[in-house]
Amino acid sequence: MTTPSIPQSGEGADVQPLVIGGKPFVSRLIVGTGKYATNRIMVDAIRASGAEMVTVAVRRVDLDRRAEEGILHHLDPEEFFLLPNTAGCYTAEDAVRYARLGRAAGLNEWVKLEVIGDEATLVPDVQATIEAARTLVGEGFKVMAYTNDDLVTALRLEDAGCVAVMPLASPIGSGLGVVNPYFIREIKRRLEVPVIVDAGVGTASDATRAMEQGVDGVLMNTALAAATDPIRMAHAMRHGVIAGRLAYLAGRMPAREIAVPSSPTVGMLD
Amino acid sequence: MSDTSNISIHLNGRDREVTAGHTVRTLIESLDLHPSLVVVEYNREILERDRYGTVSVQAGDRVELVHFVGGG
Repeated sequence: MTTPSIPQSGEGADVQPLVIGGKPFVSRLIVGTGKYATNRIMVDAIRASGAEMVTVAVRRVDLDRRAEEGILHHLDPEEFFLLPNTAGCYTAEDAVRYARLGRAAGLNEWVKLEVIGDEATLVPDVQATIEAARTLVGEGFKVMAYTNDDLVTALRLEDAGCVAVMPLASPIGSGLGVVNPYFIREIKRRLEVPVIVDAGVGTASDATRAMEQGVDGVLMNTALAAATDPIRMAHAMRHGVIAGRLAYLAGRMPAREIAVPSSPTVGMLD
Repeated sequence: MSDTSNISIHLNGRDREVTAGHTVRTLIESLDLHPSLVVVEYNREILERDRYGTVSVQAGDRVELVHFVGGG
């Protein structure tokens, strides 16, 4: 697997891995596998992104089509840590059902929990998400919960035992970037478990801006799959996430609406 | 043609005629699928993989065969 080249020394260098549920990850970028034009482009883009954790969906086998459509024909679980999701579920009961099916595939006991509450915006049903999280944590799942940018919901999901809480930057697939940086920061400040910005990132600067809020990682799918050149965008996202992380750790200068010269004002010639 | 050798099951949301006498494993294999890459929900309960070869498919069974596909 390609790993991002992170400086190993120097003030502000990020040498700490991201640890989720006791498992360390060098990359702070998590990527999805949906909507790519071809499986070849998907695999190449994921490799270019440097991501180690990769999400997959659980669906009926289409018995009218070729068996090779299954993603395990293209992605090696030895190369990537596959995270089954519950995308498309609208009730806690359905999400629990899909999570159990994902676990029964035998890869791991992790799940990206997603319970949608509104078809137009794909924003989560937070009450159902919390309910499903409690059930799944009780069954031994390591739950990474997609949620909105609401602090109280994030706290409840942490209380429920989720190993990561994943507020959206903006609606899934919208590419609108981080619409509520203040509450992303506040959620990160208040939670102990890793906070991953999930959904809404459109381009590399969005990923950087998300990471600059101090969050632990970014999860994206459409930003890569729907780019004109997904592989090149994956490289950009890899750099964007690292840049944002390092900028956060470095501590940015105060923004001032006034010019301050960078060169000395003394020593000018007469 | 012997209709008596076929049974009707509910497979992935559709009624489907299959040969009588299948186990879940032979049913999966008859569909050109790899048992190791398919998860089975059998009458709403997840069926552990080591039971595929021992559970006999009965008329009226509800069988869901699922797998991983691309998703975010």
